[in-house]
Amino acid sequence: MIAGLRAINASPNLVSMLSPEGVLSQHPDFPLEVTTDLVKSLYRDMCLVRRFDREGNALQRQGQLGLWVPLLGQEAAQIGAGRALRSADMAFPSYREHGIAWCRGVDPTELLGIFRGIDFGTWNPAEKKFNNYCIVIGNQVLNAVGYAMGQKLDGVLGDDDAAEATMTFFGDGATSQGDVHEAMVFGAAFNAPVVFYCQNNQWAISEPVEKQTRVPLFARAAAYGIPGIRVDGNDVLACLAVSEWAMNECRTGNGPVMIEAFTYRMDAHTTSDDPSRYRLADETQAWKLLDPIERVKAYLARNGLADATYFDEVQAEADELAARFRKHCIELESPGPERIFSKVYAEQTQQLRDQEAAYLEYLDGFVDPEISSTESVAGAQAGARS
Amino acid sequence: MTSTAPNNSTMTLAKALNTALRDSMAEDNKVLMMGEDVGKLGGVFRITDGLLKDFGEHRVMDTPLAESGIVGTAVGLAMRGYRPIVEIQFDGFVFPGFDQIVSQVAKVTYRSQGAWKMPLVIRIPFGGGIGAVEHHSESPESFFCHIAGLRVMACSNASDGYHMLRQAIALDDPVVFFEPKRRYWEKGLVDVTATSEHSLRTVLRRTGTDCTVVSYGPSMAVVLAAAAAAETEGRSLEVFDLRSLSPLDLDPVVESVRKTGHLVVVSEAPREASITSEIAARVTEEAFYSLQAPVIRVAGFDTPYPPSRLEADYLPSLDKVLEAVDRCVGF
Ligand SMILES: Cc1ncc(C[n+]2csc(CCOP(=O)(O)OP(=O)(O)O)c2C)c(N)n1
Repeated sequence: MIAGLRAINASPNLVSMLSPEGVLSQHPDFPLEVTTDLVKSLYRDMCLVRRFDREGNALQRQGQLGLWVPLLGQEAAQIGAGRALRSADMAFPSYREHGIAWCRGVDPTELLGIFRGIDFGTWNPAEKKFNNYCIVIGNQVLNAVGYAMGQKLDGVLGDDDAAEATMTFFGDGATSQGDVHEAMVFGAAFNAPVVFYCQNNQWAISEPVEKQTRVPLFARAAAYGIPGIRVDGNDVLACLAVSEWAMNECRTGNGPVMIEAFTYRMDAHTTSDDPSRYRLADETQAWKLLDPIERVKAYLARNGLADATYFDEVQAEADELAARFRKHCIELESPGPERIFSKVYAEQTQQLRDQEAAYLEYLDGFVDPEISSTESVAGAQAGARS
Repeated sequence: MTSTAPNNSTMTLAKALNTALRDSMAEDNKVLMMGEDVGKLGGVFRITDGLLKDFGEHRVMDTPLAESGIVGTAVGLAMRGYRPIVEIQFDGFVFPGFDQIVSQVAKVTYRSQGAWKMPLVIRIPFGGGIGAVEHHSESPESFFCHIAGLRVMACSNASDGYHMLRQAIALDDPVVFFEPKRRYWEKGLVDVTATSEHSLRTVLRRTGTDCTVVSYGPSMAVVLAAAAAAETEGRSLEVFDLRSLSPLDLDPVVESVRKTGHLVVVSEAPREASITSEIAARVTEEAFYSLQAPVIRVAGFDTPYPPSRLEADYLPSLDKVLEAVDRCVGF
């Protein structure tokens, strides 16, 4: 086998619980109490997240959003990890973490402004314990380690319910960045309570994972002296079991842990990307058989734990969410020019007050304020394909 | 010099840059291209489209996702006699590679007293106006102008895109080459048989008598449109395109200011400690007694780049340029 290809193959170490046919088996190292309620709620979460994700794609196609970053195929990887977090835990996402946002109680409509170009996300990251989306690849991983170092300094580790930890999310491509390497060095050096959660969706835009690594990504953890676990990223129960274990390791003071959720990006990198240029339809077809939602549905159905009425109810709820998401998006108003100058610093500077005043005065000079911005911005929208 | 493109053809800036890369690579097999997604995908803006097919994966390299890695290894390749061209995917992503650019790229020649040459071109799509998300619309050119040892260029149209990039690749100095992403799809006439030699000097784009206006990159088209509009109102603007931002070729500008007595500088980068500051200072030093008004700047605000729905407020517009000219001339 070509050395590079080892990195993309599922290894015997892969932790999984629920087969693609919906057959459940416990994993000895990562026990999970599997109740019907739990499985049903995970199923519901995945369905709702997938539904508004698809709506995001549609809204972009209809010109309501400038861009959408789809998570199709990664629902289990995200819901499994997100549900392992407790309210006091902190999460540092990248930009594809709509499922984690969901688990943190961030309403999906709060993601829309980012992609409509009117804000950078409206939730309060300190309150929701879910940081703003991070677009520069790898930056957030270092920030997460620092936050976790703070948790340790604050002495909030231990066995009780108040113990905290941090989880940070990044892609397979991100593992090539110096920031991610440095984050693991710091995390290990300070024994910070941080879980490095890598969603290996096999692609960094057009570049396959073997362009980033010659060993399975989870194996890199050994070099930092921390546990590395590869979990079936299309298996929500396994993702939850492994994430709970890892967060508990951190909360009790044993962290850090690296998790590689082995999954697949079923859609384009973003709505600007054209995957037909670099990947084969066969590959997508093969992964389709591993759909994270279908296997949970199969489990529920084959064991008689849910009937058609339940599935219909979830679908109806998903449609309602999508409709609310769409309505909110279309009704979102663009902020006024004051937004440009607000909160650049903790307190407004005189320089910015002057710039704002001068600009507003300039705008006042127009009879119709709409004609102040002459160059069409929309005309150039077609461009960026990242 | 032979080109793959027919002479005097009309092409987009994107195609002109692609042609410049192709021609330089065909001419000299030491010229290499590297970056994220530059191979099969042809770059997110398709500037490297087809190069992988024509030159192979040893000369068009899809790199790991790491800007410090991309720039840092290009330094070593240049030391080994290659002429690497690296693509940074978007302006806001150059900073992980900034350390290598500041600490190594800019200083290799000076430190080795010329023993090493650094024929490295760092291409960066820059500026706003495409409705993109955070970090995709920045104007970081001033950071690079502040670093001695680097050359910094910004093209504004297809013909310059071709000739300036050809020159940048031919130079033995490191060049940070800014491409105005919002102009990639604008067409212009490109004479590929012309010499590229003078493409790095400030160029007069329009003659006039009332006010001198200087700009570069994405704002050039705005300034030219403003000059045309001003003419209908009976005001005559003399317009310059800098092309090379460092070193700056300001002589033609100073000479023009001696004639018009007025200067407006236009750039979408934030105003403080910027190229526009430098131009205002230099012209004030060199033509103080000719100035009949303060140098006026039309620039981005001193804020982070705003959400894209507000970028029309942020960017220099035709009206903003005209208003600045009015203020300058009416001072
Ligand atoms: C520092 C930096 N360089 C380049 C980019 C452009 N870019 C955006 S996403 C991406 C690929 C990321 O791949 P990966 O880390 O695997 O995450 P995925 O998008 O697949 O979830 C690239 C190159 C960026 N956002 N930041």
